[in-house]
Amino acid sequence: MENNFYHTPGRYSGIFGWIFSTDHKRIGLLYLGSIFTFFLCGMLLGLAMRLELIAPGRQFVSAQTYNALFTVHGVIMIFLFIIPGIPATLGNFMLPLQIGAQDVAFPRLNLMSWWFYLFGAVVVLTSLFTGGGPPDTGWTFYVPYSVRTGTNVSLAVFGVFLLGISSTLTGLNFITTIHRLRAPGMTWFRMPLFTWSLYATAWVQLLATPIIAITLLLLMVERSFSIGFFDPAKGGDPILFEHLFWIYSHPAVYIMILPAMGAITDIIPVFSRRIIFGYKAIAFSSIAIALLGYLVWGHHMFTSGMSDFSRMIFSLLTFLVAVPSGIKVFNWVASMYKGSIQLDSPMLFTLSFIFLFSIGGLTGLLQGALATNVHVHGTYFIVAHFHYVMFGGTVFAFFAALHYWYPKMFGRLMNEKLARIYWLILFTGFNILYFPMFILGWQGMPRRYYDYLPNYHTGHLISTIGSWILATGVLLMFFNFFRSLSRGEKAGDNPWNGATLEWQTTSPPPTENFESTPEVTKGPYTFR
Amino acid sequence: MSDKIVQSAHFDYTGSKLGMWLFLFTEILLFGGLFLLYAVYRSLYAQDFHNAAQGLSTALGAINTIILLSSSLTMALSIVALRQGRIKYSIVLQTITILFGLAFLVNKYFEWSGHIHEGIYPNSPELLSRSHGEILFYGLYYVMTGLHGIHVVIGMAVIAVVLSFTARGTVSSESFNKLENAGLYWHLVDIIWIYLFPLFYLIT
Repeated sequence: MENNFYHTPGRYSGIFGWIFSTDHKRIGLLYLGSIFTFFLCGMLLGLAMRLELIAPGRQFVSAQTYNALFTVHGVIMIFLFIIPGIPATLGNFMLPLQIGAQDVAFPRLNLMSWWFYLFGAVVVLTSLFTGGGPPDTGWTFYVPYSVRTGTNVSLAVFGVFLLGISSTLTGLNFITTIHRLRAPGMTWFRMPLFTWSLYATAWVQLLATPIIAITLLLLMVERSFSIGFFDPAKGGDPILFEHLFWIYSHPAVYIMILPAMGAITDIIPVFSRRIIFGYKAIAFSSIAIALLGYLVWGHHMFTSGMSDFSRMIFSLLTFLVAVPSGIKVFNWVASMYKGSIQLDSPMLFTLSFIFLFSIGGLTGLLQGALATNVHVHGTYFIVAHFHYVMFGGTVFAFFAALHYWYPKMFGRLMNEKLARIYWLILFTGFNILYFPMFILGWQGMPRRYYDYLPNYHTGHLISTIGSWILATGVLLMFFNFFRSLSRGEKAGDNPWNGATLEWQTTSPPPTENFESTPEVTKGPYTFR
Repeated sequence: MSDKIVQSAHFDYTGSKLGMWLFLFTEILLFGGLFLLYAVYRSLYAQDFHNAAQGLSTALGAINTIILLSSSLTMALSIVALRQGRIKYSIVLQTITILFGLAFLVNKYFEWSGHIHEGIYPNSPELLSRSHGEILFYGLYYVMTGLHGIHVVIGMAVIAVVLSFTARGTVSSESFNKLENAGLYWHLVDIIWIYLFPLFYLIT
């Protein structure tokens, strides 16, 4: 029998060998299975919303159901899919491999984080079917409505609280792992840039998530005891809730995008056969994004009521975040210059990431400017921007990374021909779905509306058609993913000729990751 | 015995400490959100906060401060005792720490029930008849001391677990990091109170 972690007998067998395993690789795959499930749930809700919006007026759901749809779509996609998305799945699997460790620093804590995640997910899903029905507040849970609504907000918020604990503990684990468990010779500047991005992300997870925890606790307390922290009738200030919420939720955006950027940075050199351009600049820009990300939350609240002076400061800081992001984009492009580029599926997804993320990022600057922000705030422009950054950015990077690390995780290759086909479908469908939203938003279509005026019809219709194309692509990808588990071509240990440490062991790796502790003597992108 | 040596060779003492300190950061940030609310509302309603604070008993607060500070001392001593190999002494000191925690909670219980008896609790008609600042002051008082109280309970539970480990010998003079980490957590609980005490009881 092959020596890999699938075949090594542990303390338990069968399903218990997975759900009670402290092996970071098994936990990574547990997360992967979970987030796939929630991604499909979220996607179905999104499709339902798009279908409702295919024409003006009521199509097939009530306005109340529609409110629940966009709330639950947001909660699932953000808290259950995209935040744990890359760090908890691929990060869990790859981080110890990339730094030459046997496991993360606290393997049992790692398992506990997954249990917290699962428990939180179950609580969130329970909130949909019990009490006063699914929450209808939008994923931001803004007061005063979230305090007054009769829907099941408290339970949903408690679920998100548990998910926050999971995310915090994962961050804590990764920071300690990177500080303590690097293999001999694995200096900070020999670490792969994916690891660097996980490091920056972990700090954000650790230092931002407690703020959402206390905010959500306060919301639960308000709903149960009506203390009045956010109720003007009792002297409280609802704007303060928005501040507390965004103090976490803006850095959370970087929890979502930083590891995506890290994965992209690892993929580009391999498929360009060239060393990464500006290694240190990319590493430090991750840290810079994490730091600056804390200081820009106010740009979500430009129209909520804030002094002009604070708005100018927040606007300035928002523009500053674009600098490290720009550094990354230019370095990626420069790394490909004169490289021998191979357009395999991971690289196709990577290139489309750069394209879509650039659109998302640049339209973000438009909103960072105070004058245009007032115009586009709360419109479909925001929806389009957010999806370009998060779906076009993070999720396309996640797909790229999945195709890239698939052979490492499963020892087989995904079907390349099929991958190229659905890459094209995904890329086309994505733009048909979301690009019209920029135009709709610019024309004044407000977000979260159940109904709209007939002059927005064309844009909505195109967008809904795009959602079907995109969903087709996603389903094809899942088909390829699961089919290749058993039918995929055997990959060998290092099918892409990667130079980072995870490719130097067998695929799939043995339980202890390496036959003997690796000795690192060169940088992560040194190809011969 | 040989098994233990192998374990300790693989055990990363510094890593365990690092993880614990990172966790303490998150706890401080959790309370940070509440301190932020306190700061905002105190600056908005300085006079009301001043008036409301007159209603709290400085004596009860001071007693609880003394109790928690003493418990931190017994906690620290129990670690020293364990490292010197005086297991029984360490067990006694850990037990005293838990009892101090219990005394704190009992005191807190009487303090809270006194206020509730006076009709001052969230959303009570009596409290709502007062000024905005006083409503928020007592809201913060209940939430902050309440969340702190929960942390006291968690801390006692953690020490109780370590206590049973010490009795069984899993925590010993060679492997004392669990007790040290429990101690760090207990000191955190203590230090948060050290901030709550002046904010609610002393500055009037």
